[in-house]
Amino acid sequence: MPASVLRPLVRPGTDTDAVAGVVPRLVAEPASTDDVSRVMKDAAAQGHSVVVRGNGSKSTWGVPPSSLDLLVDLSRMNRVLEHEAGDLIVSAQAGTPLADLQEALAPAGQRLGVDDVVPRTTIGGLIATNVSGPRRVALGTVRDLVIGVTVVRADGVVAKAGGKVVKNVAGYDLSKLMVGSFGTLGVVTEATFRLHPVPEASTWLTVEAESPSAASDLIASVVHSQVVPAAVEVDAVPGAPTRLSVLLEGTERGVAQRSERVRDLLGTTTTYDVPLALPGHADGARTLLKLTTQISSAPEIAQAAVDLGFHVRGSVGVGVLYASTGEAARASAAVGTLRTLTGRSGGAAVVLDAPTDVRDVVDMWGPVQGLDLMRRVKHEFDPDNRLAPGRFVGGI
Amino acid sequence: MVDSGSVTRVLQRLRSQLPEAALVTDRTRLRTYECDGLLHYRVVPALVVLARSADDVRTTVAACAAEGVPFVARGSGTGLSGGALPHADGVLIVTSQLRQIHEVAPHDQRAVVDPGVINLQVSQAARPHGYYFAPDPSSQQICSVGGNVAENSGGAHCLKYGFTSNHVLSVDLVTPQGDSVTLGTRAPDAPGYDLLGAVVGSEGTLGVATSVTVRLVRSPESVQTLLAGFRTTDDAGSAVSAVIGAGIVPAAIEMMDALAIEAAEAAVACNYPDEAGAVLVVELDGPAEEVEHEFAAVERMCREAGAFEQRVAADDDERAAIWRGRKSAFAAVGRISPDYIVQDGVIPRTALPEVLREMTRLADERGLRVANVFHAGDGNLHPLVLFDESAPGQGERAEELSGAILDLCLAHGGSITGEHGVGADKAKHMPKMFSDDDLDTMQLVRCAFDPDGIANPGKIYPTPRLCGERPGKHTGPHPVQAAGLGEVF
Repeated sequence: MPASVLRPLVRPGTDTDAVAGVVPRLVAEPASTDDVSRVMKDAAAQGHSVVVRGNGSKSTWGVPPSSLDLLVDLSRMNRVLEHEAGDLIVSAQAGTPLADLQEALAPAGQRLGVDDVVPRTTIGGLIATNVSGPRRVALGTVRDLVIGVTVVRADGVVAKAGGKVVKNVAGYDLSKLMVGSFGTLGVVTEATFRLHPVPEASTWLTVEAESPSAASDLIASVVHSQVVPAAVEVDAVPGAPTRLSVLLEGTERGVAQRSERVRDLLGTTTTYDVPLALPGHADGARTLLKLTTQISSAPEIAQAAVDLGFHVRGSVGVGVLYASTGEAARASAAVGTLRTLTGRSGGAAVVLDAPTDVRDVVDMWGPVQGLDLMRRVKHEFDPDNRLAPGRFVGGI
Repeated sequence: MVDSGSVTRVLQRLRSQLPEAALVTDRTRLRTYECDGLLHYRVVPALVVLARSADDVRTTVAACAAEGVPFVARGSGTGLSGGALPHADGVLIVTSQLRQIHEVAPHDQRAVVDPGVINLQVSQAARPHGYYFAPDPSSQQICSVGGNVAENSGGAHCLKYGFTSNHVLSVDLVTPQGDSVTLGTRAPDAPGYDLLGAVVGSEGTLGVATSVTVRLVRSPESVQTLLAGFRTTDDAGSAVSAVIGAGIVPAAIEMMDALAIEAAEAAVACNYPDEAGAVLVVELDGPAEEVEHEFAAVERMCREAGAFEQRVAADDDERAAIWRGRKSAFAAVGRISPDYIVQDGVIPRTALPEVLREMTRLADERGLRVANVFHAGDGNLHPLVLFDESAPGQGERAEELSGAILDLCLAHGGSITGEHGVGADKAKHMPKMFSDDDLDTMQLVRCAFDPDGIANPGKIYPTPRLCGERPGKHTGPHPVQAAGLGEVF
């Protein structure tokens, strides 16, 4: 492809474009799926390694790319393409900030049921990292809500999967395959989601406990109750009381009545502005872990992380916790312990973000089941290993 | 190409590893398995293996892999798209004897079951603990969980609770190369590629599930079910729009038109409102106070949209009576027509009135009748094209109408299948919905799992991609076509 075709889209990379510390040689700023296709075809022809970025809010996450010639920045692709309120669906370009998407949906009384836990997250970033937030208890995750994607493959070919109807089982569900793949299989340029109505009423109820372990029975009582919580969150810092928060959503009268039932279960509650953000700052200076576990073990895992000096926050009601610390030595030492504990309950401890001295000594992803099949999938989609090389599990 | 000796060699291998009773070779007995719930495709398999354990499945697939012999997995055989249609030169692996529920863990909201366990039995096992399994295809009294996983078959409660894919935490899979692998975990968000997400709904083309860990959902405190009779489907459609527009998400909202009601009455005497041109079955569930409040709103909206009769189920028996007509509708159509085709198209819900009108026109043009039963909340239509095979030309016209209905769904931005799957029946329609590049990309997954293309070949895709080909544009005939191994529809 003649250089003149790409020139308007490409500029030299700078330090602010760094991906987990690696500065790209070039940055492309495509404005459409066709642009991305052209860029990727050119990158394929040149043998360029490529990393994709939305707003870069999580670009310090994951293993640094082993090679980075071209950063494909999708921040110009920030339009909501189609919102069919009557059909409860929305399509948007990957670079659309989640906050902007929610704002566009609000006049219709609708929302994408995913929380903005990392400020400035784009929907492409949501898909790449599969971070959902507290409301996942009631509404599911990005994985459950995405119903169609447009993907540009490593060879520049544009492919669609899924569609724009909520119920659809035609062909393989490549949308799900893209979720959590850290941009290693293709460049998602557009996505379609199912929506939910914004409830008439919403309230958080918070109770303090001595520790996550001490809150264990309270957590179980809510999770297995009939109050239908929209979120069950824990927030625990070493040396301070643990906060257990329950979100109720629904009709005014229903939420009021269920609030009483939650108070019966938990005791006296307060309303407290529960932070949706992940604990600590995702800025590469702190270590951020994602701990997953079966539900009944979640309080124990939270307790273990607090005992190891982490600030723990997350959806204890489903078994997804985030743990953060600014102390590198402590983080490095703790990963193995937490991996053993989460592994015992069928989960995992993944290091999402960390300073260099932690990255240098820990395996960020840890053991993963089905790795051989994953490598084969990666090979089919990206035989030359040019998409985000080395950033994903098992060196993918 | 499979040579006739290959299956014989598979049989020889299996004879040393499986009891004779597990191997069906008698032609008459083989014919028992010649079709699934889609009766108009019939193929007698070369060999049937009645698996009794995951090891049997693994052993059989490994033998097939060694000999390059195709295999097809089959659970209860209730599929409606020919997904479990056997391969004439292949092995049919029947998993219906794998029917143990290994664990019900309400504290972790999950159950671990064999693939042959019947869908409804999972809920029955979980119910004493206050939980149930949400996906509920109409065939839930007989369909297997493995089949639900293969087809991602959902049912009436998908609208609120999501699809089978949202309720499967993990699957033990025997890959087409004969390896066992666990995809997903007991915990959420397993790191790595979401291969489980790709496998659910892959219609047996990526391997055979030998164990399924499903998510259990808390049984709702309150369930309210309404049967509302309307003069027309348009009126009923207006009521659905009003309910969805008000931000209410019913557990289920189902519609039947006059012909479907007539069929259900003939079969199960469901006693739906007289003279109804359409009925809605609306079910709300959740906390009692919310259900009570929203149910009153739903009743009002139905009334305002023209419902002339509304019945509220007073108890579980009455609820079952309301559902009986809806759930029996497919089979019931046999009472009013010698033959019928069940379609499974999806449309954006708001296109419903226009699509129903156009469907009637298409049917009238061909002198045929269409009965409509559908999941009105999510736009999943189940038009039943009625015909008489013995009448000259009717069978062809019915097939043609059935295809035209799918085209109609696609023209409105919909899908060719919402829960029955593509199977053998709709493979030829896939290129209408997806480009060559789209299909080629899906097949990259297939090649990763099944490089030799032996897992349920001939399903989903009209023209398989040869694994080892590099993706991208190709000119000239497809290598599979050129080799005489497949044809382009």
